[in-house]
Amino acid sequence: MAEKIIMQRPNALTDKEFTYCPGCLHGVAHRLVAEVLDELEMTDNTIMVAPVGCSVFAYEFFNVDGTVAPHGRATAVATGIKRALPDRTVFTYQGDGDLAAIGTAETIHSANRGEKFTTIFINNAIYGMTGGQMAPTTLEGMKTTTSPYGRDVADVGYPVHVCEMLQNLKGVAYLERVALYSPQHIRKAKAALKKAFTAQKMGLGYSLVEIVSTCPINWGLAPTEAIEWGKEHMLKEFPLGLFIDKVGDAK
Amino acid sequence: MANNRIMMKGTEAMGEAAIRAGCRLYFGYPITPQSELPEYMSRRLPEMKGTFLQAESEVAAVNMIYGAACTGTRVMTSTSSPGFSLMMEGVSYMAGAKLPAVFINVVRGGPGLGDIQPAQSDYFQATKGGGHGDYHLITLAPSTIQEAVDHIALSFDLTDKYRVPALIIADGMLGQMMEPVTLPEYRDMNSLPNHDNWALLGKNGRDKHMVTSFDIDPVKLEEMNNDYQNIYRQITENEVQVEEYMMEDADYAFVAYGTMARIIKTTINMAREEGIKVGLIRPITLWPFPYAAIKKAADKCKFLMSVEMSAGQMVEDVRLGVNGKCPTPFYGRTGGIVPTPTEVLSALKKEMGV
Repeated sequence: MAEKIIMQRPNALTDKEFTYCPGCLHGVAHRLVAEVLDELEMTDNTIMVAPVGCSVFAYEFFNVDGTVAPHGRATAVATGIKRALPDRTVFTYQGDGDLAAIGTAETIHSANRGEKFTTIFINNAIYGMTGGQMAPTTLEGMKTTTSPYGRDVADVGYPVHVCEMLQNLKGVAYLERVALYSPQHIRKAKAALKKAFTAQKMGLGYSLVEIVSTCPINWGLAPTEAIEWGKEHMLKEFPLGLFIDKVGDAK
Repeated sequence: MANNRIMMKGTEAMGEAAIRAGCRLYFGYPITPQSELPEYMSRRLPEMKGTFLQAESEVAAVNMIYGAACTGTRVMTSTSSPGFSLMMEGVSYMAGAKLPAVFINVVRGGPGLGDIQPAQSDYFQATKGGGHGDYHLITLAPSTIQEAVDHIALSFDLTDKYRVPALIIADGMLGQMMEPVTLPEYRDMNSLPNHDNWALLGKNGRDKHMVTSFDIDPVKLEEMNNDYQNIYRQITENEVQVEEYMMEDADYAFVAYGTMARIIKTTINMAREEGIKVGLIRPITLWPFPYAAIKKAADKCKFLMSVEMSAGQMVEDVRLGVNGKCPTPFYGRTGGIVPTPTEVLSALKKEMGV
């Protein structure tokens, strides 16, 4: 009897084991991106830019050509790659500290120029790799190692909303906030990633998918508790939704 | 080739030379005294089907160059002192990732915002690192606009050969002055070095390529460092360039580079008329530094006098080369003041005790 493969590791992932913590959702996000690259037949012509942060090793996990940018500079590096090789698929994979704190200027200006690459933005409201410090997206009152009394918005300001900040920039072709807290969320996230890469392929402009995630270790919660906490608190601060879809508009 | 000789401003001549050397990508940010270079590239590169992009900052610009260099394509930027400081993080990453690119620093007075006049006070930054980690840049110091033009192609060839970023260190004088130059012919784009064995191009059937300045394992990171150091040794052995001017019979030697060296040639001619046998050692590569030429001069000269538009930076390398064999006085001006030939002659005589 011939075996029929109904599920396998995407070609766009290497065999290397993820180095992420137990319960971390980077693995889910990686797989979704990889499935989309395979399905859109982009894996062979893709160049990725990993950030500095927990996903600094992402260039080893994706089976595509890749590099690591200095902290926050992924979209500038991607700009250089895409300008040199306009016919390749280029994406950055960045956390909230990388994209929305140290890299804010690069994020905004890449989006505003309508750079034709895709950004996967993982928002878990904390600096994971450095050990749980306050992020630009940390929720009001949330305790981190550098906001031990809870984020005091009167003192350090409010959580940054990246999609809301970018939605008025005309260079943006696709912008959606998704989550990974349920199977339904995951299916929607994949659909959004596919649209984002399609926007790139069509040359419509900059595309960004914000993925609201968790950090069980630094949130001090078990993985399932982290998901429940995320549903209750993260989605309240960062409501899911589609902000810009020029792919849909183009059809 | 006389018909190829035209009057050009330093910044624009360097831009044109880069295009002729096969560079089709420029990322930069305006800063005086070199803004004519990005302006020139913004006009010329579209004509050549190239890309000019004005970045939102020097920080972004250097990272765009990092990205473009990852594809093995010739890429450059130009800036001036404060802007080059902003690029240091990216330059260190590029040194670590072994990425070829050409930087031009049209040095102005510092520190801080400083001023916009010519200076040589970024010597340490250019030759001793500037960014973090153990790295060097291949650093060329032209003293005329013609030499700056010639150094452009040379720096692209060297950076491609060794995969070490190259830096041309000019100053506000070289950037702003106009001189007649002979431009090189256009390089055949198909003859440029091929980096397909490491560059990020998309796998397209082969194994994936990774370009990073990173390894979390200290043993492997040391191996990467050993590789850099091996390359630096090769460059040190093979690529030193130095000009010796009237050194055959010299009792005294100046050591100077760039604009300062050019001025000192006038000083030397004045001194020779007075019977003072003085010559000049002009480092053309600041890194690798011509220690051998310094050592040779130290064996026969009464002193080696470093003259710089700084508070005394290259003089430390001169002293390393001299290694105590003779005195090594220093004369310098700061703040963007360019010493005159007469002034340097007076400084020389003072050291001679006449």
